[in-house]
Amino acid sequence: MSLKNKLHIIKEKYKGTKMAPAFNALHTFLYLPNETTHNGTHIKAADDLKRTMNTVIMAMVPCLIFGMFNAGYQHHLALGTIESAQGFLGTSFWTWSNLVIGMWKVLPLVVVSYGVGLAIEFVFAIIKGHEVEEGYLVTGMLVPLIVPIDLPLWMLAVAVAFGVVIGKEVFGGTGMNILNPALTVRAFLFFAYPTWMSGDKVWVHGAVERDQAIAAGQNLDAISGETILGSYAQGQEVVYSVADMFFGIIPGSVGETSKLLIILGALFLIFTKIGSWRIIVSTLIGAVVMGLIFNGVVDAGWIGSSSKFFGLMSVPFWQHLIIGSILFGAVFMATDPVTAAQTNKGKWIYGFLIGFISIMIRVFNPAYPEGVFLAILLMNVFAPTIDHYVVQGNVKKRMKRLKVKTA
Amino acid sequence: MGLLSKKDAKLITDPLADNNPITIQVLGICSALAITAELKASLVMGIAVLFVLGIGNVVISLMRNIIPSKIRIIVQLIVVASLVIIVDQVLKAFAYELSKTLSVFVGLIITNCIIMGRFEAFALGNGPWKAFLDGIGNALGYAVILLAVGFFRELLGSGTLFGIPVLGDPIEKTGLYSTGYENNGFMLMPPMALIIVGLIIWVQRSRNTTLIED
Repeated sequence: MSLKNKLHIIKEKYKGTKMAPAFNALHTFLYLPNETTHNGTHIKAADDLKRTMNTVIMAMVPCLIFGMFNAGYQHHLALGTIESAQGFLGTSFWTWSNLVIGMWKVLPLVVVSYGVGLAIEFVFAIIKGHEVEEGYLVTGMLVPLIVPIDLPLWMLAVAVAFGVVIGKEVFGGTGMNILNPALTVRAFLFFAYPTWMSGDKVWVHGAVERDQAIAAGQNLDAISGETILGSYAQGQEVVYSVADMFFGIIPGSVGETSKLLIILGALFLIFTKIGSWRIIVSTLIGAVVMGLIFNGVVDAGWIGSSSKFFGLMSVPFWQHLIIGSILFGAVFMATDPVTAAQTNKGKWIYGFLIGFISIMIRVFNPAYPEGVFLAILLMNVFAPTIDHYVVQGNVKKRMKRLKVKTA
Repeated sequence: MGLLSKKDAKLITDPLADNNPITIQVLGICSALAITAELKASLVMGIAVLFVLGIGNVVISLMRNIIPSKIRIIVQLIVVASLVIIVDQVLKAFAYELSKTLSVFVGLIITNCIIMGRFEAFALGNGPWKAFLDGIGNALGYAVILLAVGFFRELLGSGTLFGIPVLGDPIEKTGLYSTGYENNGFMLMPPMALIIVGLIIWVQRSRNTTLIED
């Protein structure tokens, strides 16, 4: 008997019981159901919510795999056991030993994220007596990509529980949430455990352990990996080349460093019509505009080099797109169809403001080294308002047209 | 119940649960968010409101027939303000550190919606004994929520209860901290108080579904 039939039999056995949604979810996750409706006209399409979610996950897989290699590479590089890779195709980057370390650290993050999140989804589905919602499939993949590599797993578990319950289930589950759950998880971690989410110790695997060993009296060199944003904010020299930034051979959260792979993911999402190109493009425009304004202020000499904002304000505007996580946020976070604006015009406004505010927070607030997640959460809250005014504007325009015609 | 008739007892017990000023009427939220990061502050705030509301309700109830209704709000404010000043001065004299923690929020008891609400809704229409019980009941209902929120926030945010470490020492890494546990800094911020109040409301309404309004 095939697995599909077995699942079908189990599903039939539990039909009508409390546990039914859980088995049903397993069945439809793996296979299309056999049942079809008999009367009326129906469109049969395989691209249901599960397939949509899986498409987004596929777009993120390259980032995840790259993140594994990068985690191992940054670790080895900091320890001094390998030479710098000198570019994307460098021989010391794509090595087994890098991948093994990366997998060792990244896979547990993925497992915990999915385990905790899906468990909560199943429990809520059983209590509420509705089908298990697929919304967590993408969130569960996003979460490990946007946290530092050495984050303790129990913190991740607590944050995921918070994000899924407070960020989503209290509003009524998938499709009803106001805030992006993955970003709620990150915001929770950021405010609850700031020492694990920022600074120069958390981005390279082993830096924290090394610090503890030194504190315990062992004679070792401290290792650290400041992010590019951190270096700029502190007025330090940035040691990474533009190519490194673009290809992602830099310290950072697990999956957001490689701009090349994010762009590939973005193209894939746009091609499959799952991600909104309007939001992606307008976010980048917003970021560029803000960057140009800051550059203009520096060029006009309105701000002295002694100012604490000088370092970040003088970053060339185009570089803002390849440092930090603005690109990742624009492609995978801002485009979340539930929390984004729904109208086309609204999407332009929504995206533009995300980019604009992201760079503003990045430059002006030293306490928040990266403002992308805060900007997206803020605009998530405003998305319904934006839509409301776009729709009202349209209604007004058409009323006017009607009046002219009838008059 | 020898001391209280059934009706009178209800005046005290109702606000503790099914008619709680914070979780059901959603009044007095501002102070509940601001000062509940520590249990001690929550307790003192609860006692202060108990004092003000208990006495204030009696005073207003005694004066209810001579207050011209056009200026009743002003009269009520004067009563609350005098009582709050007493509380404030006592705190400054005997618990200066604590009064600094509570800062403006003692003064802001004057504008606490629970107090004005009880004056308007109850004390103006009932005798002093009933008004006293109602004041005590509502203040206790307020204090219970404050203590519950303060308990979670202080325990998870600082690892202490009433300032006494209960989870071990976070710097020396003893007790629970030796396993890698860390305090949750988010708990100390006001948004988390809002979320905890929300969770309490959630639990309360799912246990007693008659409270759910559409």
